[in-house]
Amino acid sequence: MKRIDRFANPNKFMKLAKAITPWAAWSTVGFLAAGLYLGLFDSPADYQQGETVRMMYVHVPSAWMAMFCYVGVAVSSAVGLIWKHPLADLAAKATSPVGAAFCFLALLTGSLWGKPMWGTWWVWDARLTSMLILLFLYLGHMALLNAFDDQTRAMRAASILALVGVINIPIIKWSVDWWNTLHQPASVVKMDGPAIHPDMLWPLLLMAIGFTTFYIWVALLRIRQEIIANKIRAIRLRQVNG
Amino acid sequence: MKRKHRRLSFVALALLALGAAVALVMAAFEENIVFFFSPTEMGQKEVDPTQRLRLGGLVEEGSITKAADGVTVQFVVTDTVNTIPVEFRGILPDLFREGQGVVCEGRLINGVFKADEVLAKHDENYMPPEVAQALKDAEHWKEKMQDSKAE
Repeated sequence: MKRIDRFANPNKFMKLAKAITPWAAWSTVGFLAAGLYLGLFDSPADYQQGETVRMMYVHVPSAWMAMFCYVGVAVSSAVGLIWKHPLADLAAKATSPVGAAFCFLALLTGSLWGKPMWGTWWVWDARLTSMLILLFLYLGHMALLNAFDDQTRAMRAASILALVGVINIPIIKWSVDWWNTLHQPASVVKMDGPAIHPDMLWPLLLMAIGFTTFYIWVALLRIRQEIIANKIRAIRLRQVNG
Repeated sequence: MKRKHRRLSFVALALLALGAAVALVMAAFEENIVFFFSPTEMGQKEVDPTQRLRLGGLVEEGSITKAADGVTVQFVVTDTVNTIPVEFRGILPDLFREGQGVVCEGRLINGVFKADEVLAKHDENYMPPEVAQALKDAEHWKEKMQDSKAE
């Protein structure tokens, strides 16, 4: 615990974040370029879905990241509530808009994919509905963070919402197994191994890594920006009072 | 107990209780969360002909026929145990074909499902057409081998 605590110190964190940011940025560019090239130009069409399958290379990583970011917000919120680490609060605050964007992208690409394949833009099945609830949880979290003048109260309210909403994550994951849905069951993260041909799985995984490094890049930038803003606020206060 | 330990156990307990509550609610509303009923489930239900329902299953091989008017399609939805005949007037999705998963929305009237919407459902398998063809050929080959052994 002691060693992790070291990076919970904002100054040490700033140094580390500054070192990681360019790596995250360049890996994002590299992985997304490789993933998009393979996915759009150098991978086979699907035996059933034809060229439409290429929607998967954006849709699936977006949905994964939407869930991953939410777990990140919930864990940070728990650490912030229980151990009162200021950096955990900042991480939750920095992550939720990014997660919301991924969630919106997953819903949007899913809708664009659903029309040609299923024959509808939207249905109220368990997977689609639970994913829409995830977007509302993100929006609620962001709204609560801005709903109070007192920062600590805002953080507390938002953290509690984030923790309550974490129940939705296993529901999203297993919705396609617990109930029958129009959405297909899991293709990649399943008990008996992926049901995707390796020529399609590779671009998908490259895109997923690229989405993850993108998140790391943006989250670090946002946390750094937040720490600097706090410092400026403190200096201003001192000037006014001094 | 230190304050942070108290907070930790409170958060853990609250999440546990919430999880249990949500699980109970979901179990109670199972009927409403499922997106469609299979032909077997549909057969066991008391169905009101004015009630809108969704029927899901596979399009039975060789069951698709076009009515004389040219726009009404008839096919049979099966869950490999029971079947229900479906009648639909409209545009079918591209993925609609024999052996494919479908979800039909409409009303069950005198044992015939009058659908006003037909959606295609696909499974979790993704592969290039050549691989699908190779698998199909291998399947035929296996059947042939078994047939010749049986003879």
